[in-house]
Amino acid sequence: MPIVNFNVNGQTHPVEVAASDFLATVLRERLGLTGTKIGCNEAECGICTVLVDGTPVNSCIYPALKAAGRAITTIEGLANGEKLHPLQQAFVEHGATQCGFCTSGLIMNGKALIDHNPDPSVDDIKHALKDTLCRCTGYASVIHAIQDAARAQAGGPRTFTPSLPETIEPLNVIGRPLPRPDAVAKVTGAAKYSDDFQFEGMLYGATKRAGVPHARILKIDTTRARAVPGVRAVLTHADVPGKNLHGLVVADWPVLCGDKVRYAGDAIAIVAADTSAIAHAAADLIEVTYEPLPVVDNPVDALKPGAPLVHEVPPVGSHVHGNELKHIFVNKGDVDAGLRESDVVVSGEYQTATTEHAFLEPECSIARITPDGRYEVIVGSQIPYSDRKQVADALGIPEKQVRIKGALIGGGFGGKEDITGQIHAALLARATGRPVKILYRRDESLLVHPKRHAVRFVLSIGAMKDGRINALKVELWGDGGAYASLSDKVMTRAATHASGPYDIPHVKIDCHAVYTNNVPCGAFRGFGVTQSAFAVESVLDEIARQLGMDPIALREKNALRVGSTTNTGALIREGAGLLKCINRVREAFARDLAAHGRDLNSPRHWVEGNKAYGWGFATAYKNTGLGGGAHDKSEVEIEAYEDGSVEARCSAAEIGQGLPGVMAAIAAEELGLPFEKARVLLSDTDLTPDGGPTTASRQTFVTGNATRMTAIKLRKHLAEVAAEMLDVTPEAVRFADGRVSDDRRSVSFGEVVAQAKREGRDTRLSNEYEAPETRPLGTGGDMHVAFSYAAQAALVEVNLDTGEVACKKVISATDVGRALNPLALQGQVEGGIVMCLGNALTEEYIIEKGVPFTNKFARYKMPNIKQMPEIVNLVVEDPAAAGPYGAKGVGEISSIPTTPAITNAIREAIGVRVTRLPVDQEQLLLARSA
Amino acid sequence: MPIGIQDYHTPATLDEALDLLGRYNGSSRVVGGGTDYFVDDARESGGQPPHALIDVTGLQGWQEVRREGDHIVIGCGATHTRIVASPLVQQGAAALMESCGLIGGPQVRNVGTLMGNIAHALPAADGTLSLLALDGEVAVATPGQALAWMPLAQAFRGPGKSAIDSTRQILVAARFRPTGRSEGSAFARVMRPQGVALPIAGLACRVAVQNGTIERAAIAAGPVAPTPFRAARTEAFLRGKPASADSLTEAIPVLLGECTLRTSPHRASAEYRREVLPALLREAMTRALERAARAA
Ligand SMILES: Cc1cc2nc3c(=O)[nH]c(=O)nc-3n(C[C@H](O)[C@H](O)[C@H](O)COP(=O)(O)OP(=O)(O)OC[C@H]3O[C@@H](n4cnc5c(N)ncnc54)[C@H](O)[C@@H]3O)c2cc1C
Ligand code: FES
Ligand code: FES
Repeated sequence: MPIVNFNVNGQTHPVEVAASDFLATVLRERLGLTGTKIGCNEAECGICTVLVDGTPVNSCIYPALKAAGRAITTIEGLANGEKLHPLQQAFVEHGATQCGFCTSGLIMNGKALIDHNPDPSVDDIKHALKDTLCRCTGYASVIHAIQDAARAQAGGPRTFTPSLPETIEPLNVIGRPLPRPDAVAKVTGAAKYSDDFQFEGMLYGATKRAGVPHARILKIDTTRARAVPGVRAVLTHADVPGKNLHGLVVADWPVLCGDKVRYAGDAIAIVAADTSAIAHAAADLIEVTYEPLPVVDNPVDALKPGAPLVHEVPPVGSHVHGNELKHIFVNKGDVDAGLRESDVVVSGEYQTATTEHAFLEPECSIARITPDGRYEVIVGSQIPYSDRKQVADALGIPEKQVRIKGALIGGGFGGKEDITGQIHAALLARATGRPVKILYRRDESLLVHPKRHAVRFVLSIGAMKDGRINALKVELWGDGGAYASLSDKVMTRAATHASGPYDIPHVKIDCHAVYTNNVPCGAFRGFGVTQSAFAVESVLDEIARQLGMDPIALREKNALRVGSTTNTGALIREGAGLLKCINRVREAFARDLAAHGRDLNSPRHWVEGNKAYGWGFATAYKNTGLGGGAHDKSEVEIEAYEDGSVEARCSAAEIGQGLPGVMAAIAAEELGLPFEKARVLLSDTDLTPDGGPTTASRQTFVTGNATRMTAIKLRKHLAEVAAEMLDVTPEAVRFADGRVSDDRRSVSFGEVVAQAKREGRDTRLSNEYEAPETRPLGTGGDMHVAFSYAAQAALVEVNLDTGEVACKKVISATDVGRALNPLALQGQVEGGIVMCLGNALTEEYIIEKGVPFTNKFARYKMPNIKQMPEIVNLVVEDPAAAGPYGAKGVGEISSIPTTPAITNAIREAIGVRVTRLPVDQEQLLLARSA
Repeated sequence: MPIGIQDYHTPATLDEALDLLGRYNGSSRVVGGGTDYFVDDARESGGQPPHALIDVTGLQGWQEVRREGDHIVIGCGATHTRIVASPLVQQGAAALMESCGLIGGPQVRNVGTLMGNIAHALPAADGTLSLLALDGEVAVATPGQALAWMPLAQAFRGPGKSAIDSTRQILVAARFRPTGRSEGSAFARVMRPQGVALPIAGLACRVAVQNGTIERAAIAAGPVAPTPFRAARTEAFLRGKPASADSLTEAIPVLLGECTLRTSPHRASAEYRREVLPALLREAMTRALERAARAA
């Protein structure tokens, strides 16, 4: 390879390059400038943007040799030593970085913009960032950050104050809008995700995928692959030393398939080679002979007698019956009588789409054998301890022999709970004795990891003339795909939430989670409730129409409140903020209408030119925590240091939702420390105790509580030491501002720690928290520890010539119990709304007869900055007694009601009821002209 | 990039590029910004990758948009960004400004070129449609031969099939006569978020108006035929008609009559295209007529 000079961030670097290298490879792999990220390699996501002679280009398709001799600027070139560039500072303070994986792309495009335009309008920013995607933030904070940074760069103030929702009086740390502890690393490009790690002698892995959805394997021939120069190992099912199955709930998913394949993404063989290109080329040379089997591609057909069986033998420990993975019932009252006695009954059939998390960081695992002979796997995983168990089982070694080291996660949203490359990388490391990295390309990520369930609903709702909902009956079929993943749990949640956040006397829900030969489906933000909300809120809207009732009033009349009983028989005793949410939205809606010369009694639809407008409304609720009788536990360890700082540790994943901020804030609050003095270490199974899965909006609640209890325990422990130092009783000492004091004297927190150490006392304590007991479905009582609630109103614009739909505005009120950090909360709400807008309007993972058509980002459009609506974000704080400071989960709730609010708005605007997601502009237009 | 590629050349002059092309004798390929080639072509066409790529975006004298006599000339190194920002294009080819401005996002427009858009030969390529409505011509350079101008319409063989052999020829430039007094042009298209990331339909037009009468109309649409399509019958129909909304409404059946509307999976049904094409005609023509009126 020739050596060529590259001028990067003002310095000249001689680099070995191949003619076929792209600039991103030179930056990331040759120069170690890993702040530039790769999301797609197809010029779609824009996160790989760098500046070439000041112009933003996608480095993933920019030929390296074309860049030679030009001035290249990357994210690493922005800060001046410790001093952040105004854009970086503004991104930190506005909370415009969450998972951080897109951040350098957004900032580099922002830089090119503000270098030429000192006062960019919102439209200028949307224009410049149109093809730079962010899956987390929802873009509003990004826009504010860029505007503020432009002003600062032009000599304006360098302080940035985000506008945040009103919340109750903060404590010392809790309740304050604090930037994420890892924000600075994320805006400077220093933050490390799995693919950013390199090891001496590291090999690259590739996986041979089935490509066919259902077939018996007759022969696997790896001869040609083994012969490729640079290939170091080729492994098949015969080389799996331990258990050749993994799975989160039941182990039904082969590590490497030997007898048959059940979906197109099944793994047949794995290759380790000197380069990724060689590994992939070799994997392509593996020949597999199949006997095709009939394909079952939807859950309704899969349950018909004689349907081909996806799993011929039910997986051990499962409830599988034929293709039915789980049958879930919810029963309350007498639904048939309830429907009979109702004044109006509306029925409907609804279908949601399979959707993709589209986290911007593709899956990546690196496995190596450490000098002590153990396996270390570096991975951005949502459930580190579960990874550890599954890797150990497959390798046939004790769990202690495996260490999962969590890297930062570039977005998860539920899509990084299952095993992807962790076991494969470990197997290849075992076979070669060298570190092995398996990085999925975007097509592989799309092909392999579990998606959101496509669910079919058939439902009827009966109501009385006065608007009381009397009965609801629904049958639902969830397409679980080829493997169980979390289907059982997700569809249980879909079922239990299928009557909406309403107090309904008669309910019958009949839910089937079903195996098919489609891509497996599992956890995805909203966890089944996103789907149910679409169906139930749509039918409810039709009821309101039939009754001639305001859809907001209809919801208000039936909303769950203290004293209501849920469909599973739980009495709501506290923390039911739904009525408040509805009210807050109604007030804000009325203000918005008034600004346009309308009021709540005006028609909620109108036409301007060739555009029709309409407002729609929906509500939602979502459980916090695992519930359903599961032991929901988390353990946190906190260590105190002489320098007056503490570190809180837990194997709980940060997927952008802000867990480290929550833990740090709680530790700081309880120990009377400034926020900066509390560090957080996550997800290293050797160093951090088990925090359980990052799912079900549970981490703030469970790990938050565990942090709080550990901090209190540590405080009491240190109070004893301080009491002796101050010569008072432990009860008399106070922890505040980094000092420990009684009424007269004080010592610093660090001195107390030093004294404790001298006395040989523990300065490191841990505590396990277990959420209050819940009851399994069907046994009555509390199925969940708490619920979050939300109400949203959406304004849509429909182009009457083309059927194109845009969501212009969302007014949202969310009951989160307690806003622990209003900045992080705002990010969750805005991001959740935009994600759910994608669920409604843009996103569909298309799979036909088990073969995915969606094999690249160009075929899966998550919302871009131009599609974001204006968001009015209102917060309701109706505390949950068991939550830390009253907090409930916030990660999912905001992403649930947006879809039905939008489709209800479309109904209002043009009279067409959307029954199938995503909204199809073509169908809208044809339905209207029909 | 395909691993078979041994060299990436960035020649500074047309002669140098032609010399390279001649020496590789079919085993190299001309590229522009690579926003099609590196994303689709290289991955999906299979086949033998070329030995070398010859990047023609740096050729002296062919990187900008310039005026040459009656024509505006756009070189093979002019990116979409540069085209959109060019005052010549803004004043004399609003349709081209609009269509190049809709291609991808800024990062794609900062490297992608109009010649690449043409050479990719998709029937609904945005920049191509506008150039076609502007009666554009393209200059083809072949090693050992003189630069030859030909009408743009002759540059296509079929969907994705160009008449230019990018392993042996360079599309050096495009040219057209800018709109002048009483003339206007415009472009409109419809996209759909799901499925194939290609426009459902696009339509570009150029009109000349005299005393409230359409003196001449040029209309290019896609995908309504295997190659970018000039709606000659609609153009003839509109000639001499009043510059009014009614004339456009009357023209719709003519347009639908001469376009072949197909159902393309994961993109659009023929019925839907039948609904949106008239809307595109109305939208683009109305804007072009307004521009013509302003240019009176
Ligand atoms: C995210 C994204 C969005 C896009 N959106 C759009 C869109 O909205 N509308 C649209 O029309 N297109 C779109 N494109 C496609 C593409 O960007 C355009 O077609 C662009 O104009 C191609 O130009 P290029 O210079 O990058 O071509 P290249 O990729 O370099 O070349 C394309 C083909 O033309 C040949 N070629 C290029 N230049 C020459 C030349 N001078 N002489 C001979 N042969 C040549 C190449 O060999 C290759 O076969 C998009 C692409 C991406 C990645
Ligand atoms: S655009 Fe380059 S990685 Fe996505
Ligand atoms: S912060 Fe933008 S993708 Fe996560």
